[in-house]
Amino acid sequence: MRRRYGRELSVAVSIALLALFLAFTVPGYFSAENLSDMFLANMPVLLIALGMNMVILTGQIDISVGSLFAICGILAGAFAKMGMPVLVAGLGAVVAGALMGAINGALVAWMRIPSIVVTLATMVALRDGLRWATQGAWVSGLPDGFQWLGLAQDSYPYLMAAAAILFTAGISWGLMNLRAGRAVYATGSNAEAARLAGIDANGVTFSVFVITGILTGIAAVLNSVRFNQIPANAGLGMEMKVIAAVVVGGTAITGGSGSTAGTVLGVILLGAIAPALTFLGVSAYWERALQGAIILAAIVIEVLRQRGEKRVALARVTVE
Amino acid sequence: MRSEPLLEATGIHKSFAGVRALRGVSFELRSGEVHALIGENGAGKSTLIKVITGAVTPDAGTLRVEGAEVEHNNPALARSLGIAAIYQQPALFPHLTVAENIALALETGSRWRRVDWRTRNSRAKELIARAGSTIAPDRLVSTLSMPEQQIVEIARAIGADAKIVIMDEPTASLTETEVASLFQVIAGLKKAGVGIIYISHRLEEIASIADRITVLRDGESIGTCEARNVSREQLIAMMVGREVAAVFPKREVTLGPVALELRGLSSREAGIRDVSLSVRAGEILGIAGLVGSGRTQLAETVFGLTPAEHGEIVIGGQPAQIESPAAAIGQGIGYVPEDRRRNGVVLDMAIAANVTLADLRQVSSGGLIDRGEESELAGRYVTQLRVKTPGVDIEAGALSGGNQQKVALARWLAINPKVLILDEPTQGVDVGSKSEIHGIMMDLAEKGLAIVMISSELPEVLGMSDRIIVMHAGRVAGELSREEATQEKILTLALGHAA
Repeated sequence: MRRRYGRELSVAVSIALLALFLAFTVPGYFSAENLSDMFLANMPVLLIALGMNMVILTGQIDISVGSLFAICGILAGAFAKMGMPVLVAGLGAVVAGALMGAINGALVAWMRIPSIVVTLATMVALRDGLRWATQGAWVSGLPDGFQWLGLAQDSYPYLMAAAAILFTAGISWGLMNLRAGRAVYATGSNAEAARLAGIDANGVTFSVFVITGILTGIAAVLNSVRFNQIPANAGLGMEMKVIAAVVVGGTAITGGSGSTAGTVLGVILLGAIAPALTFLGVSAYWERALQGAIILAAIVIEVLRQRGEKRVALARVTVE
Repeated sequence: MRSEPLLEATGIHKSFAGVRALRGVSFELRSGEVHALIGENGAGKSTLIKVITGAVTPDAGTLRVEGAEVEHNNPALARSLGIAAIYQQPALFPHLTVAENIALALETGSRWRRVDWRTRNSRAKELIARAGSTIAPDRLVSTLSMPEQQIVEIARAIGADAKIVIMDEPTASLTETEVASLFQVIAGLKKAGVGIIYISHRLEEIASIADRITVLRDGESIGTCEARNVSREQLIAMMVGREVAAVFPKREVTLGPVALELRGLSSREAGIRDVSLSVRAGEILGIAGLVGSGRTQLAETVFGLTPAEHGEIVIGGQPAQIESPAAAIGQGIGYVPEDRRRNGVVLDMAIAANVTLADLRQVSSGGLIDRGEESELAGRYVTQLRVKTPGVDIEAGALSGGNQQKVALARWLAINPKVLILDEPTQGVDVGSKSEIHGIMMDLAEKGLAIVMISSELPEVLGMSDRIIVMHAGRVAGELSREEATQEKILTLALGHAA
């Protein structure tokens, strides 16, 4: 993985340009309140995207994260109402996320079913299973200690910021410096070669799905404590936002190349645009269309850049 | 009374982004002849073929087919002139049947016409028969073996009434018997007046099939000669531009203790039965046999990819349990697989990461990779194996085939192996890199490494091995010492006859 920050840089520049534009046109955008709101709203997207980035790096995809997100949130609430302490309830929801991730991972890694098929099935099955179980009813009447994890409302964002930094830095560092991280890249780039080099490629595939399940569980718990009731239809379209952020951040959809930093920037760019539309008085209905356009643009730019790069690399070798 | 040449290319020039691939190449093909085109990788063979098939437009020079100048050549025009090319990797549609594949190239008419399946199938059957085979027309191409796919390609060329057939490394994945049947087909084509341009790295084969040989080097035609008047050494000298003293750099090595021993190894899944053999430190054990005789499967069993059901693997005198590649690596076994692009190097990863992939432990502590140490280790092997690259942080995909093979080799040298299994180590590698790889193998043997070399190229097996095991139908058919081994003896054993 040669260090190239070309992609990360272009996303960062886009963010800077957007910020500059907003600073002049809608100064209210940068109010502490709005920034904090945006951060809290996008924190779950970030956590799940960190996992999704690894799934895509190994050459797979997980479109069931939205359904997992809804189930984990509901479970956290249900556990809390059963009288569990809030941390135990949260942990239970995270374990459930890990289990659902493990089902995805096992089917993909060992049953050799394409991940798009497996996670499409679990996405629908889990979503409708939840609808049947809850009859669409939201979980309300949560115990006192549940909201804000029992913390004061103003200290909660700090906890979230700390968690975001911790997870991002940890995963980024691990992917770059740990043997396990190298195994993720090798598996995504050429699974057969990785297997022949003694890497347990199936184990790697299974693990990234489990990790994504865990991160989705954590994201769901952290999100559900922000409100006094938990919706049964949370996370609809979440997979779209998350995959978009990863792809915009420069991770190759075919696996093997990409970075965590890129994913973080992708989340920021996509997360900043939606509220900006509202501030600019553009209908929120445009948000998804704009997201789609950005993904397309990102992929086209990536393909063009890769072509150019290959030419440069070849020229260098020939010159030697 | 010389007839008009079938194809005549004169003074062809072609440059790609400043690199001169062809500098005034001339080439002539007569009807009813096999004209071999040889040269090292990068000599300009593929570019010349692309000019002839219209895939590439030359910067200068003329191309004539049956005396008529071809202007503005393009693939469709070339095809209508009766030029057909059969590539090393057959370009067929795997999910369509044999008959459909043949029909796609041959049938004309409206896109919306009704398909006459009976005619289509019988036509396919007839063409395949003329190509010397009996493949059923309704089989899916994905179920065909590589040689069968080549037959389909040939049938397609026959069906198109091709007058000029280009074969690019047609025997690369064929066994000796399949080569023989391909040669019969070629003889039939010759009789029908077809001119064949034949590209191959296997000089023995060329000696037996070609009428004339043209050697290309650095984009120039070095010379054309009658095949019967030229020796292998002369050809190699023409290709590399220097006399090659010994083709195989084989040296005497004092053998050490037994490094790897297999006792009655069997695996139903891998299709190998009761294989016993041993290889000593410093020894090169050649494994010969037809494709499908279980050579690669044996290597995969020893390497833990398809663990053995019965029998024992003994390493350095100790019985070893090998149930995964990781276990094999732990026991000091390295395996450079066939088909390096698919199974060997990871093309999007840097050379350094490729070199350390099989043993990251060596350059890491507590799961943490030390990048400085990694580059240094990789750098050492890059220098030792003379990989042509500006640095170890270049992606492996940017290297040439020979250099990629060296990176694949470096990965296994980096684990400090006791036993190294090489599967077709020089397949598809040009003559220069080939002898370099043979030299490296000798150096390694001298350092006390036990080498198991699987190869389909008999001269390589004879030239490099101390001992030769011949496999047939998943079993060891016989063992030959260096002194007693001949091509005939190996072939006899490989075909399942007693020596």
